[in-house]
Amino acid sequence: MSATATPLIAMAPARRASAGLWSNALYRLRRDRLTLAAATTLTVLVVLSILAPLLAEHVFDRSFEQQDLLKTYHPPTLDPPAYLLGGDELGRSQVVRLLYGGQVSLFVGFVAAFMNLTIGIGLGLISGYFRGPVDDVITWFITTLNSIPIIFLLIIITTLFAPGALTLTIIIGLLFWTGITNFVRGQTFALREREFILAARTIGAASWRIMFRHVLPNILPLIFVLLAIDIGTIILAESALSYLGLGIVPPTPSWGNMLSNASTYFSRAWWLVVSPGATIFLTVLCLYLIGDGLRDALDPRLKGAS
Amino acid sequence: MEVSELRTYILRRVVYAIPTLLGISVIVFLITHLSPGDPVRLYTFGALNVTEEDIQALRAHYGLDQPLPIQYIDWLLKAVRGDFGSSLQYNRPALGLLLERTPNTLILAFAALALQLVIGVPLGVLAALKRGTWIDGVVRVIGVVGHAIPAFWIGLLLILAVSVSLRFLPSQGVLTVGKDVWDIGDRARHLIMPAFVLALAGIANYSRYLRTETLDVINQDYIRTAHSKGLRARTVMYVHALRNALIPMVTALGGLLAALVSGALVIEQVFTWPGVGQFTYAAARSKDYPVIMAGVMVASVLLVLSYLIRDIAYAMVDPRIKVP
Repeated sequence: MSATATPLIAMAPARRASAGLWSNALYRLRRDRLTLAAATTLTVLVVLSILAPLLAEHVFDRSFEQQDLLKTYHPPTLDPPAYLLGGDELGRSQVVRLLYGGQVSLFVGFVAAFMNLTIGIGLGLISGYFRGPVDDVITWFITTLNSIPIIFLLIIITTLFAPGALTLTIIIGLLFWTGITNFVRGQTFALREREFILAARTIGAASWRIMFRHVLPNILPLIFVLLAIDIGTIILAESALSYLGLGIVPPTPSWGNMLSNASTYFSRAWWLVVSPGATIFLTVLCLYLIGDGLRDALDPRLKGAS
Repeated sequence: MEVSELRTYILRRVVYAIPTLLGISVIVFLITHLSPGDPVRLYTFGALNVTEEDIQALRAHYGLDQPLPIQYIDWLLKAVRGDFGSSLQYNRPALGLLLERTPNTLILAFAALALQLVIGVPLGVLAALKRGTWIDGVVRVIGVVGHAIPAFWIGLLLILAVSVSLRFLPSQGVLTVGKDVWDIGDRARHLIMPAFVLALAGIANYSRYLRTETLDVINQDYIRTAHSKGLRARTVMYVHALRNALIPMVTALGGLLAALVSGALVIEQVFTWPGVGQFTYAAARSKDYPVIMAGVMVASVLLVLSYLIRDIAYAMVDPRIKVP
């Protein structure tokens, strides 16, 4: 064993003193060009969406519902800039609608993901720490929830309750947490047998203190990886729902419902189909790449694993 | 694993599926019955000669005046016998309408699964064997892109390019109107695009998965042993490495089937493919409650069955698995 281990250690040049987990991760991230590019692109998309009202007023000179029936199906052009990505069937500016749609889609993605995270961590810690009947009930519930095809579940809920953007966010936030719970539960199972947990218990720490102060900090880094992927998955689900006409309902634009609108007219105006889909794709791709990059940075042993 | 042990294992898994199905039925029932709006008032709305007594009588007739748990047990006892009530739109049993469409969904799902295996597995193995080359790079890009791309959008683009512009493949349905029901060629032409679009995420999954597994296996001692005893590289690859790399793939199968059943709904809608998902969606749009509930139950049963098949397949393929 030692014969193989020694040269490996000698091969790794000691460039810098090893510091904490986060500073090590940051050190690796700064060298990961792909992840940096993804993070930059995502930041630009988020900032542009937040600035949508300003850009609409000062750059494009159009509000998102402003129609121009003389310019229906206007092909993409630089002049006027409002038709940068073309105009739709009512002569509305596609680029302005895309920016406003970003506000909705990104809001749903980020807020619902944080709800998932809260539920996922809470239930995962409880399930993994207390085990026994509590764990059985939570596991049964997760198995059950996972056995209903998620789109079908979303469809009955959205049909019967006809939610707005905020309600839809809450519904998705209450449904997509099972993956995070399973991960946290598994990690907690392993961690609770470790010596430092035993030590904490010996000095009389309360269960909640052990869960949140001792177990959670050890799982937290990899949870950020799951969070990035979760946001991407939610944005995809929301776009599919809105495309079906069950998510965000017009006139509020979202990337999904812009596509359902466009699919009606696409033989006349292909550009209406291309831009919303490409934006969804770009956003989700960035999120997944950030997830992958974060995982590699936090735990280089996992590099290249799926 | 002994045959008798395997039988016990299968039996146990089947029994475990029961509480899951019960849980699903409770969730579906509660969501449907807690939603705002009284169905009786909805359907008598605008009728002039309906009195308050008539409404009460109708509620009693449909059992809606009973407490919720009683209503649930009533519904469950009927559902177990396949009676989900009649479609409000077609006035025919909801389950029958859905079962007529189940083969279409299964054809689509299995065609997609076949494409995933035929494209995804070789891509992953190839990437592992050519590690670090441009081939590896391309496969890794496919692995991320396949997940991040909205499948229904690719469907729309394909319709735009292949059906509208090139007029090469049909964009909707399972069969050209007027063609013979057994015209396999025509059916295949309808199947290609939806199956490919549905397969995208799985192709990405398999290529990532097989790349990792193959890399893992070719670094094992027994592969070195096989090489050193003079076997040809090809034999080592196919007989020793690939067989072992494929074992854990069976576990990925369940999750992929889940994605297929779930994803099929949107893809069926894009390509107007008359399956369970498309029909349930249409029912949802016209608030046809019996069909919605039956549709969710049928899709869930398909899913529970596929998990069951996965676990049994895993137990049969991997001799190391312990019967819990």
